[in-house]
Amino acid sequence: MQLSTLTSITGIVVLAYILELLRRQQLREKYAAIWLCIGLVVAPLGFFPSLLDSTARSVGVASGVSLVLFAGFVLVLLVSLHLSWEASRLEAKTRTLAEDVALIRSQLAESATPSGGGEVR
Amino acid sequence: MTPDGRSVLIILPAWNEADGLSAVLGEIKQQLPYVDTLVVDDGSSDRTAEVAAAAGSAVARLSFNLGVGGAMRLGYRYAREHGYDVAVQVDADGQHDPSYVPALLAHLGEADLVIGARFCGEGEYKVRGPRRWAMQLLSAIVSRIARTRLSDTTSGFRACNRPLIEFFARWYPVEYLGDTVESLVAAARCGFAVRQVPVAMRARTTGRPSASPVKAMIYLVRAGLVLLLAVIRRMPKELRELAPGSPAYAAYLEELLARRQLAAEG
Repeated sequence: MQLSTLTSITGIVVLAYILELLRRQQLREKYAAIWLCIGLVVAPLGFFPSLLDSTARSVGVASGVSLVLFAGFVLVLLVSLHLSWEASRLEAKTRTLAEDVALIRSQLAESATPSGGGEVR
Repeated sequence: MTPDGRSVLIILPAWNEADGLSAVLGEIKQQLPYVDTLVVDDGSSDRTAEVAAAAGSAVARLSFNLGVGGAMRLGYRYAREHGYDVAVQVDADGQHDPSYVPALLAHLGEADLVIGARFCGEGEYKVRGPRRWAMQLLSAIVSRIARTRLSDTTSGFRACNRPLIEFFARWYPVEYLGDTVESLVAAARCGFAVRQVPVAMRARTTGRPSASPVKAMIYLVRAGLVLLLAVIRRMPKELRELAPGSPAYAAYLEELLARRQLAAEG
């Protein structure tokens, strides 16, 4: 089997999967933009892996395939960094929400027993 | 209650609007004494919630900023819980003139969603250059999808009936342009009828739309992406079952008719 068969099938499957996730509203716009761009770059490269050979040589990499490998690794690194950042933000927001719920509970308890000083059961 | 017996809620998404809010609420109360207002405080760091409560409005405070779409879904959920017949969205910065609300309400008989639109002759709101072309392209495409002429798809001045309150309470996009363009396209694609009413908009107290070509280009690309998503996205079945032609919508029409007859007899 030729290498281009494997990579082209992979490229098409990845692009189709991204589009289906978008259609089912499982991806938000900000992620959708990134993944659509990645999909649109990956799919043609799958059909013609030699497309990047001249670009690769001009930046000092022996072949286009190696450049794709390197670029792919950097990309995955950046994506995982971005996800860590998002997870940190989400944790901060969850914390605020938990505090708000606790405050609302204590307010409810205070209004239920006007004399009692805000017991939370 | 309006003179014809509909209960109306005006939803004002507000983010750091403490300065102008009491004037806006005062104007609404004076011109539209029959409506209720809900200020959704979208995680403001100023006294927005206190000002709104002091002006006699209902207030819902979000723990952090969600954007207009997030604030509006909370507003629609509030409208649904309290059984309002009509929900009207009005900006808290005073650019929407509440004296146009009766015009929006009047057109709700023939449509499910009525949009107060600039660029229809009324008023002096002008946008020039590339941003204007981007907006024109956007409205041409959205008009085709909605099968009606819409000249201002990004207007945040809109009124909707009970089936759409139910729809928006379950699904309201939180993304950029999602609260205006995408929600409009989704409702139209599900079969809800959309109409526009010409309105004049006043100068905003804060911020100006930019006329720089680079920003207009970015705006066009983002609007294009939002539109693409809005068109390829599949709406969940339980949302499509709220649209005209469904049993739920037929039940709503029947109830409306019964109430009108009751009002005519009484």
